[in-house]
Amino acid sequence: MSEYRLRTEAHLNPHLFDVGIVEEPIRKGYGEGLLLAGKENEHVVALCADLKESTKTDLFAKEYPQRFIEMGIGEQNMAAVASGMAAMGKIPFMTSYAMFNPGRNWEQIRTTICYNDQNVKIIGSHAGVSVGPDGGTHQALEDIALMRVLPRMTVIVPADAIEARKATRAAAQHKGAVYIRLAREKSPVISTDDTPFTIGSASLLWGGGAANVALFACGGLVYQALRAARTLADMNISSTVVNVSTIKPLDKKTILDAVKDARAVVTVEEHQIHGGLGGAIAELLANFHPMRMEMVAVKDQFGQSGEPKELIHEYGLDEEGIVQATQNLLSRLC
Amino acid sequence: MAHLHDEKVRFLSEKANAIRGSIIEALLEAGSGHTAGPLGMADIFSYLFFHALKHDPKNPFWSERDRLVLSNGHIAPVLYAAMAHAGYFPIEELKTLRKFKSRLQGHPHREWLPGLETSSGPLGSGLSQAVGMALADRIDNGRTSRRYFYALMSDGEQECGEVWEAAQLAAREELHNLIAIIDRNYIQIDGYTEDVMPLDPLKEKWEAFNWHVIEVSGHDFADIDAAVEQAKAVFGKPTLIIAYTVPGKGVPEFEGKYEWHGKPPSREEAVRALAELRSLGGKIKSEHE
Repeated sequence: MSEYRLRTEAHLNPHLFDVGIVEEPIRKGYGEGLLLAGKENEHVVALCADLKESTKTDLFAKEYPQRFIEMGIGEQNMAAVASGMAAMGKIPFMTSYAMFNPGRNWEQIRTTICYNDQNVKIIGSHAGVSVGPDGGTHQALEDIALMRVLPRMTVIVPADAIEARKATRAAAQHKGAVYIRLAREKSPVISTDDTPFTIGSASLLWGGGAANVALFACGGLVYQALRAARTLADMNISSTVVNVSTIKPLDKKTILDAVKDARAVVTVEEHQIHGGLGGAIAELLANFHPMRMEMVAVKDQFGQSGEPKELIHEYGLDEEGIVQATQNLLSRLC
Repeated sequence: MAHLHDEKVRFLSEKANAIRGSIIEALLEAGSGHTAGPLGMADIFSYLFFHALKHDPKNPFWSERDRLVLSNGHIAPVLYAAMAHAGYFPIEELKTLRKFKSRLQGHPHREWLPGLETSSGPLGSGLSQAVGMALADRIDNGRTSRRYFYALMSDGEQECGEVWEAAQLAAREELHNLIAIIDRNYIQIDGYTEDVMPLDPLKEKWEAFNWHVIEVSGHDFADIDAAVEQAKAVFGKPTLIIAYTVPGKGVPEFEGKYEWHGKPPSREEAVRALAELRSLGGKIKSEHE
């Protein structure tokens, strides 16, 4: 495996490329992280809009019923109530599906949380097409763009359940508004307890130094990007893979280091092609290091029902899609 | 019934009159802004800032203070004027309303001016924030907390769905230290509320949401005080006070006209308005002598 150049300092799951890699829903990491944050800080409170089990907020609710507020189906109210609680010194985590939170309550998040500078954590679960059978109405593909554009907002997209747990604890300690994006489906656990996580830091998982292509990925698709890197290596195409778990603020140094000696850039995300990770990287590179890019993302269309794996494949977001996008890009450069 | 003695009523009337004068002067300087709502709410703001609120203008971040959340941020001139007269900042500063770099933003910005509990303007979110504050207080201090949370809303914003989401939650949580006040002046930008989107029967709607509802004249201090005292005595339910007000109150030329919702007076109109308020001030003095 050593020729595949997984970074040792990333302390990734040693069974990363095994067929039977352990899978866990990213949202479960959130539930565990929230419980820990609640233990560590009595000011942490949780609000949920009638989805406490499926967002895994129930772990906290069972342990701390006095600090859990059932909001019913009212996401706009939830955002402004959270703002009010934060004004009194609480650290509210407000949770629902990303489609509704921040999909439905964006203005309340902007005015009562960001403009008001309140310390609220916004948790959008069930993001991306991997929601699966529920179909396009429930597959949030615009939430990163919605949150990234807000002044004072920090945007985190954890790559697996372990990173989600760390991100949740870190969000509780971070002063200010934070958006954490979660997914419904089980995802391969690519990291370990020892994998470093800091808000604002991207991490190099594969490669380093001169490479044909720099791959930037976030969320559950980081796993697909790593698989693609391995396949590309077999095709004599070298790459670096960076997990950009904090999309805002971007880790400028790590990203610019990764592209320094690369010929091209590929971004990978389960989001619309406009306004997400790809857009964020493009904005940075346009300023500091312009270069050719290919964005692996959903191409300005809505999702549909299907099994998560089918959908990830249909929209070109899996290993195969990433390899193909990379080849296309490199062939255009020749 | 009335807790307020005559001397106090006279004092509050004089303060309200001074607040109205400051509103006119500030709007004239600003050249834009809302006239009708602020004038209509001057009596209630006088009552809150000079009688009901537990607060300390010299120590705006005092943790034991009551909280006043203004949801309809567009009536900021009355909030600013009441704060200035209460001593939060110099009255002279009111003339910077809506100007570049002024602490008195067109709609209130919490971070710019100490003493503001929230930033507001987009309608429908203030009650939710007050509910959040009262919930946090409930978690920390239990049901016997004597800190009060006032949420001031317009009648037009009762058209926003979020208000009713908040109403349901407050009732379920039995937030009896939450006191919401609706400025029932029957006007909004596009016309009379009952033409734009009928709101009545407003009292019955709120009662159906399990709130304790009291109707008052928004210009009668004894009436307002009796309602607030009753709200504080109610256990297990949040209270809504529907305050019937005359938009533009105090300046006959502006009274009752929705056209005055969102525009400031011209210089000539302001001069006439200030003269009206001066003669009103004289009447307050003579009535109580």
